[in-house]
Amino acid sequence: MTADLVVVGAGVVGAAGAYFASLAGLRVVVVERGALAGGTSSAGEGNLLVSDKEAGPELDLALYSQRIWREDLGEHAGLWEFESKGGLVVAASEHGLASLRELTVHQRRYGVEVRDVARAELRDYEPHLSDGLAGAAFYPQDAQVQPMLVVAHLLRLAREAGALVRTRTEVVGFLRDGDRVTGVRTTGGDIPAGAVLNATGTWAGGVADLAGVHVPVLPRRGFILVTEPMPSRTIRHKVYAAEYVGDVASSDAALQTSPVVEGTGSGTILIGSSRERVGFDRTVSGKAIGTLAAKAIALFPMLREVRAMRTYLGFRPYCPDHLPVIGPDPRAPGLWHACGHEGAGIGLSAGTGKLIAQALAGDGPDLDLTPFAPDRFPEPEEALR
Amino acid sequence: MPDTYDVAVVGAGPAGLAAAVESAAAGLGVVLIDAAGQPGGQYWRHYDENHARPDDRRGHHGWSTFTRLRERLDALTATGRIRYLPGHQVWLVTRDENGAFTLQLTPTTSTRVDGAEEAGLSRAETARALILCPGGYDRQLPIPGWDLPGVMAAGGAQALLKGHRTLAGRRAVVAGTGPFLLPVATGLARAGASLAAVVEANGTLGWLRDPVGAMSVPGKGVEALQYAALMARHRIPYRRGTVIREILGEGRVEAVRIARVDRVDGRLAGPEEEIAADLVALGWGFTPSLELPLMLGAETRRDVDGSLVVVVDDLQRSSVDGVYVAGEATGVGGAALAVAEGRLSAVALGVALRRTPESSRRAVVAVIGRLSREIRRGRRFAAAMHRAYPVPVAWTRWLSDSTLVCRCEEVSYGDLVRAHRDLGAEDPRTLKMLARPGMGWCQGRVCGFATAEISACLSRRETTAEDLRPLSTRSLAVPVTLGELAALADDLPGN
Repeated sequence: MTADLVVVGAGVVGAAGAYFASLAGLRVVVVERGALAGGTSSAGEGNLLVSDKEAGPELDLALYSQRIWREDLGEHAGLWEFESKGGLVVAASEHGLASLRELTVHQRRYGVEVRDVARAELRDYEPHLSDGLAGAAFYPQDAQVQPMLVVAHLLRLAREAGALVRTRTEVVGFLRDGDRVTGVRTTGGDIPAGAVLNATGTWAGGVADLAGVHVPVLPRRGFILVTEPMPSRTIRHKVYAAEYVGDVASSDAALQTSPVVEGTGSGTILIGSSRERVGFDRTVSGKAIGTLAAKAIALFPMLREVRAMRTYLGFRPYCPDHLPVIGPDPRAPGLWHACGHEGAGIGLSAGTGKLIAQALAGDGPDLDLTPFAPDRFPEPEEALR
Repeated sequence: MPDTYDVAVVGAGPAGLAAAVESAAAGLGVVLIDAAGQPGGQYWRHYDENHARPDDRRGHHGWSTFTRLRERLDALTATGRIRYLPGHQVWLVTRDENGAFTLQLTPTTSTRVDGAEEAGLSRAETARALILCPGGYDRQLPIPGWDLPGVMAAGGAQALLKGHRTLAGRRAVVAGTGPFLLPVATGLARAGASLAAVVEANGTLGWLRDPVGAMSVPGKGVEALQYAALMARHRIPYRRGTVIREILGEGRVEAVRIARVDRVDGRLAGPEEEIAADLVALGWGFTPSLELPLMLGAETRRDVDGSLVVVVDDLQRSSVDGVYVAGEATGVGGAALAVAEGRLSAVALGVALRRTPESSRRAVVAVIGRLSREIRRGRRFAAAMHRAYPVPVAWTRWLSDSTLVCRCEEVSYGDLVRAHRDLGAEDPRTLKMLARPGMGWCQGRVCGFATAEISACLSRRETTAEDLRPLSTRSLAVPVTLGELAALADDLPGN
């Protein structure tokens, strides 16, 4: 078996890369050590957000991805329950509202659609919101998908375009010709390839190590609570507190929580979000899920009597500068990366996959990949000095 | 912070009752936590004691064992050596850096109780060791029509009788496999129901597959003869090698269609026949409740009957330090075995915590020896029963495309086949993520076993413990209100 492109990792970013590369005519083989979407792709809410991004390269990528989701992938939207539900960012205080308004000024300049929502209009958007909130901003572009279905269908479509998907196949090394990466060594045999894409999310640092290059992706743990099913449209949008934007951008290792509340098609309500750097510890933290519940109740008092059915956790792939790693690695020609999307991987996957396919095909990508360059980080030795 | 007990015993059925009284007798400080309002578990479930009648013991086996345990519990509770917390469910267990366990509790009743502390309700308890005796519940297989009103778990029909003296229907069919179908059927008949049939998938010749195992617990043979006599007295037709093919009815159960199955693998083999009924009670053995052991990371395995069970050593210790497990969670085997396991775990814990006085060491060693022998015999008997009444290998072939597998989320067998074939769901976890079986209110308690078996069958392999684990693991052992969760954040240290 030989390939033009081996994609390592069958999460949402790998699936999008495989899909667009297959459409571009490349012979693609996807290798995955576990099952489809077995890592972070199945551990989030499935958000496609522009609202939580400050002006900069990540917002550019988010807006680009919006276009890909709605145009290139628009015909398949129903397969993965795409819902353009909109996001409502609420501020508890006048001070918080002033900061939020300031953020929206910059976002608008970048092409984000935002509506200012006055205190008196809040209940028109969300009838169950708490009293005493100062105001909000509404982002109609914010949308949601069911990420497992995205992965499964993108890979199905890729297979129909000729791709092969090998699950339970772990990459244990790379085939090399000098510095050049010429394929992968797997538990299921060697696969020579013109290019290899490292799309292993939170585990991408380990795969990069196998090729002798440094990519500093770290796990940032998050919990989500899932409630019992509620009547439809109990909570209509993705609703979160303005402090969330600050938490997303922070690099603190200690537990941070900011309430993010939204309904789903099945009637359950999802409650996030927590962030803490505790390695790959899978123990349920009473402190984290208790705090999530308390903050969700502060936004929606009616949630106090609603039951949580389960909680799940995942590990966001986090880089020190909060930007993903996308593009060819000049330190190991033939090796490409698409990883480190932190908590935004579902939303950013569509744009990332398309850009990677364009760059691999030798066309100039629609978006400049320089801010996402894999070699932009200091080497570990330099960092210590 | 509440006092730290030497041991928290979870569950007050046969295993938990025995474990609690034996722990207290060994000098340990005990908190006994149970979901029900009165002790006994599912096995010794009985009518509200405030309205007891002398005939409550009818149909109960080992009732004298229960009353003895019950008297000891009452005495030990009265003297403060056991703190007994009925009406409480454990929803989360965490462990601190000293190894102590904290159990978060929620009241069993769905009605909100204001001023929980005043009402005698506890929100959390801590203990140095755990003896988990969570029991089990009826295992179900999906059948066309099993979502109709009038279809119940065999244990559910029995619980209504034992706990509320309520008959769930007038003309009943009890179906599935295993000796448990007999007490359910005879109980319903004695209460006045007309029993249209007991539909047993296996042949009774199955006993002969392992005569040594079947003979290892002599009392069981007598029990079987008693049931046979009761079946005859109530003229209950016993259909062997037969299964319910479909449950029929408009809006509720009106009839069942039964068919003969192949003796070897359970493939449908015979002419079909319709039987009128307004109650269908189904049971295919039992599923142990493993929420707490799995939450704590205890090692599990697939038992002879296909259920996921906790691995324990010869002193009932799980792979997690300080966590003992007794009763059905270590392998379905009935009440007598559960009592022995509960006692052994308590005695072993007493020794481990060095509470056994030097003078009684020899006696304790003798007790451990006796209980161990009793448990080995009980296990052999249970294994023989499991081999005699297996879930038929070919059961997934009874399903049609539209048969609901997960009733909560209305996921059909066809949905599972498509998620496997078109979307690449090769294992139960991926199947759950893509097609939603086990994502609803019951969180896979009912459909978990079936989903694991279907997933393995679609991939043309044997079901493994790996297949069973994802649908047996629950992050919250029971649903809990967000208000209770929020209170937890205030109770815990941290930022």
